[in-house]
Amino acid sequence: MRIINHIPTRPTAVLLAALPFVAVLVAYAIGSEIRLAENPADKLLPAPAQIGATALRLFTEGDRRTGEILLWKDTWASLMRLLFGVGIAATVSLVLGMAIGLVPYVRRLMSGFVAVVSMVPPLALLPILFIVFGLGEVSKVVLIVIGITPIMTRDLAQRVLDIPKEQIVKAQTLGASSWVIVARVALPQVLPRLIANIRLSLGSAWLFLIAAEAVASDVGLGYRIFLVRRYLAMDVILTYVLWITALAFVIDWALKTISRRAFPWLEAGL
Amino acid sequence: MSFVSVRDVWQAYDGRSILERVNVEVEEGEFISIVGASGCGKSTFLRMLLAEEVPVRGAISIDGGAPAVEPGRERGVVFQRYSVFPHMTVRENIIAAEGFAKPSGWLFGSARKAARNRADAMLVRIGLNHVADQYPASLSGGMQQRLAIGQALTAKPRVLLLDEPFGALDPGTRLQMHDFLTELRAETGMTVFMVTHDLAEGFKLGDRVLVFDKVRWDPMDPGLHGATITYDFDARDGGVPFQHILDRYPSLAPEPVGKA
Ligand SMILES: Nc1ncnc2c1ncn2[C@@H]1O[C@H](COP(=O)(O)OP(=O)(O)OP(=O)(O)O)[C@@H](O)[C@H]1O
Ligand SMILES: [Mg+2]
Repeated sequence: MRIINHIPTRPTAVLLAALPFVAVLVAYAIGSEIRLAENPADKLLPAPAQIGATALRLFTEGDRRTGEILLWKDTWASLMRLLFGVGIAATVSLVLGMAIGLVPYVRRLMSGFVAVVSMVPPLALLPILFIVFGLGEVSKVVLIVIGITPIMTRDLAQRVLDIPKEQIVKAQTLGASSWVIVARVALPQVLPRLIANIRLSLGSAWLFLIAAEAVASDVGLGYRIFLVRRYLAMDVILTYVLWITALAFVIDWALKTISRRAFPWLEAGL
Repeated sequence: MSFVSVRDVWQAYDGRSILERVNVEVEEGEFISIVGASGCGKSTFLRMLLAEEVPVRGAISIDGGAPAVEPGRERGVVFQRYSVFPHMTVRENIIAAEGFAKPSGWLFGSARKAARNRADAMLVRIGLNHVADQYPASLSGGMQQRLAIGQALTAKPRVLLLDEPFGALDPGTRLQMHDFLTELRAETGMTVFMVTHDLAEGFKLGDRVLVFDKVRWDPMDPGLHGATITYDFDARDGGVPFQHILDRYPSLAPEPVGKA
């Protein structure tokens, strides 16, 4: 039988899905074991138990001076920046994408411009942003916005253009104005795509966020990682990395669930 | 002046003629079938009737009005596919035919309730009341086309344009759709233009059958000339014309032999 026709049973599927995770954990544990056996003071691969202890401390114990738990403070700061950045990017790209997709004049005006702007490497603009917007929150949010808006806009515009012409004409024969076509034909069909787009862009958004925080900040997940790098605090870095991964995963899962709940027609079919 | 008047209409894309010198006069309530080879411009003709495109020359007017420049409520349409809104339930699709004309696109309060009742009556009429809360994607092809027709009719257009509406249906469903369309037509007395690739269907449903074809043909450049209406068959009375001409013009009757 061809390999493409071998389909795993349910228990095998679960086992297979778990395998890479287990493999990474085991490889790490072995590596850590070997290095620590040679040099008990080794900092590069701290023992899993030590990471666990550090994580517990980071999540529960307050700062000696202020009593604040830094991890939660960092998480809050980073999530806010992410929320504003992605929220602004989503709004702008939705408005622009719909206009480009539906209004020929806007399409002529903007689509070339957006295509070129989306080629600008956003991280290269970071110094400019710091100069223009200062080292505060604005420059970090703007980096995220600049980083993900052009591509989201292009995708959403294309998605609007992909709506069959027949539907747009049909709406007009039912007396719909341009506004009604936007609100009742295009927008509802593009919203699921917007959510899919956000899910895809979140990876880049995190990248830009951490980069901006690493360069200039005094709080935030990215800032903390780059701060403790100086002390080779691998246990802290790894805890933060795992925490960021968990946050990203939960956000992605939540968006997927919202999309499925909010757009039941997407899954309708014979 | 006839109801739909097509006067010397030409259409060309990128300098290539698609349709030339199309002239046709249609009375209110007539059912016009349109046939012709693939790519000869039938859909183009329908798009111009719909005012989705304007002809490069000539004009199309309905009931003596000025030529339209964009689609509107007086011309309804059903395409072969994609004629209903996938994100609305079957009932919402029908209600949309009333709500879309409002400034906000929505109906509220008692207007909505009334529209909903009318929609439910329409759904009974087109046999879709049992799937009112489902989404179009979960309907069969025939049901989707019935919904599209019901939706178009709800807007009460003066002219209904159908572009191969049954082209994607199996023969049995097609026959059902013929009966369905015939009934609806008897009820509404609407003027209908229907493009079809099925000659039998065209003659069965139509009062007239228009054939689009090229009259000029350049062997060096087959795309040079456009098509026009080459035949205009009377398809009433089973396609045998003049059967009832004596009812309308008794004076045409031959003098009874031997009376003179
Ligand atoms: N917007 C357009 N731009 C350029 N060419 C077009 C356009 N629309 C149609 N055409 C061309 O016009 C010709 C007629 O197209 P049309 O769709 O009207 O044919 P049709 O008779 O409906 O064919 P079919 O039976 O396959 O549906 C085709 O050669 C097509 O390529
Ligand atoms: Mg066609």
